[in-house]
This record gives sequence, C-alpha cells and structure tokens, in this order.
Amino acid sequence: SEVRDANAAMLSNYEVYQLLTDLKEKRKEMVKNKHSTGQQNLNTIMYETLKYLSKTPCAHQNPDTVKKFLTSMLPHKLTKAEKLQLLNHRPQTAVEIQLMVEESEERLTEEQIDELIQKVTDVLPGDPQKEADASADPEMETDQ
Amino acid sequence: MFVLVEMVDTVRIPPWSFHRQLNEAIAEELNKKLANKVVYNVGLCVCLYDVTKLEDSFIFPGDGASHTKVHFRYVVFHPFLDEILVGKIKGCSAEGVHVSLGLFDDIIIPPESLQQPAKFDEAEQLWVWEYETDEGAHDLFMDRGEDIRFRVVDEVFIDTSPTGPSTEKEAPSAATAPPAGAEDSAPQKEAPYTLIVRILDIAIMSI
Repeated sequence: SEVRDANAAMLSNYEVYQLLTDLKEKRKEMVKNKHSTGQQNLNTIMYETLKYLSKTPCAHQNPDTVKKFLTSMLPHKLTKAEKLQLLNHRPQTAVEIQLMVEESEERLTEEQIDELIQKVTDVLPGDPQKEADASADPEMETDQ
Repeated sequence: MFVLVEMVDTVRIPPWSFHRQLNEAIAEELNKKLANKVVYNVGLCVCLYDVTKLEDSFIFPGDGASHTKVHFRYVVFHPFLDEILVGKIKGCSAEGVHVSLGLFDDIIIPPESLQQPAKFDEAEQLWVWEYETDEGAHDLFMDRGEDIRFRVVDEVFIDTSPTGPSTEKEAPSAATAPPAGAEDSAPQKEAPYTLIVRILDIAIMSI
C-alpha cells in the first residue's frame, strides 16, 4: 500500500474511543465474521485500545463536552497539540498544565494557569467513581 | 496519540465474496491487512476510519478475483514528539525501564532519562531511584505494574520486512534456510517501532 499523508489529522482519544465502541457494536451483529482467521488482529488491537482508553478521561466525554471545551480554550491561544493533551488528560494541577503547554512560564500567568485548570475541571467530566470516592472520604484531596 | 493517515491500496476480493457489499468486503480486507501491524515510518495501525474514494474494479486474466483501487483513511497509533502519556512498567533490563500501554509494548526509558541518581539492582532486576530527603536516602523501585507518566523523546522505526536467504558457505540447504538476521547467535528480534521516552513521575509513590 502507499501512504499519501502520514499525518492527515490528529485524533483525540475521545474520537478513537467512539469509533472503536461503534465498530464493536457493529461487529457484534456479524458474529460469524469476527472470528474468522483474518480478523484476530483487529480484535486484539480493538480490545487493547478500548481497555486502555476506558481508563482515561475520554471515556466520560461526549461531542458536546468536547465542543464546549474547544470553545472555552479559544482565548488562550494554545496550539492544537496542547489542546489535545488537555482534552486527553484533563490535568488537575499547575504542574501538569506546565508540562503540557510549551514555554508556559512565558505564555501563562499563574492566574491563567488556574483559569485553565478551572475550565478543564468544569467542562470535562471526571471519573464519576473517583469523584464519589473522593467526596465520601473527607480527608482525601478533592478536584477543587 | 492517534493520527489519521491517508493511504491508497489495491484490494483483492475473491469471487466467493462477490455477493457481499463491496464496501464491507473492502473494509474487512483492509483491516485484515493493516490492523495491529506497524507501517514503516507511519505507526501502529488500529482500524479503518473511512473510505474516501473507490476506483473502478477490474478483473484480470487468469485471476477470477476483482481488484479495486481504494483511497482510505486509517487510524494509527503514533504519539507526537514531546507528547505526555501514561503506561505501566512491564519490567527492567540493563537497557532501561520497559513500559507498556497494552495496545503498544515497545516503550523504553533509557537509564539516563530516569530520575537521577538511578542504579540497576541486579538482585531484584529493577531500576532504582535513590533520592535524598532530610531524613536520609530512600530507594524508589521501578516496580512491575506501576503506573508511570512519561514524555516521548524519540521514535525508532526499523524495516523488518524479510530479506533474502543468507549466502554464507555454512548456510544450510535452501529448504531450511534461516532468515538473514539469524546467524550463529540467537536471532535478534527487533521491534519495528520503538518509542524512547523520559520519565515524568510515578503515579504511586512507594516510600
């Protein structure tokens, strides 16, 4: 096969998670096909990728939250790669923001970093299980 | 960590699949060929995203199957330089700490990219970060199964396509010719795609 563009677009974890979840549903109906010898590789990579992504923030995202998030990011003038990392990781601390935004000391003030954390926390859903555990235990740090 | 890659390929549909919808048969063939495989200088292919163009199908003399040129987009695992990812420690060796994402295994933290000072504990076969606090020195072991956050520093693609049989005098007969890579020593199984990364932190600090 020939590669025309090795980097036609970046995909968020959410998009891939959605695609694979839909594909999994479609393939459930084709019971005979998915077990045929050629399909084992697809089964394996789908299973492993879904397993990995299900433990990341993208598993709780939907098209509305992603759209709202990208809109909220407009005033901050972040690159595509930076917004993608914030979307995929949902950072909760200043340290994480600084790791994901290049030259953050020059581009973001402390207030702007706090603003980013607040937006990320408010717009992107967290893990409902983790948040239930956190609020049940008053001594644990919560996502505030 | 995923990208969309535009590709073109000719898909062969055997006659016994002619009853199937062309789009479905093509999707299946493309996934059979590419899913879970590394394409040189592109990345680890995950699944078909969509078909953008189907050219006319041809049947050639001597082969009853149809051949269709397909333009399509494929979802590929290919983290960008400096990207931050989280994985699990698979194990340690002299080369460094090996990390896995489940879907992708060939991630290595070379010793110089660990938190310093680091040393390799031969007894445990684990890398250790010896860090000093006011109370004294503590050892943080890179234990198997620990979550670990890292940044992509480099990538290595190796072309693992088969090369011809070796032409050495000692080579056995053609029927049992070994692959060119395997000579006297154990065959070197090189991963076609490796990520070289730098540690950021371990999610769980075991003090």
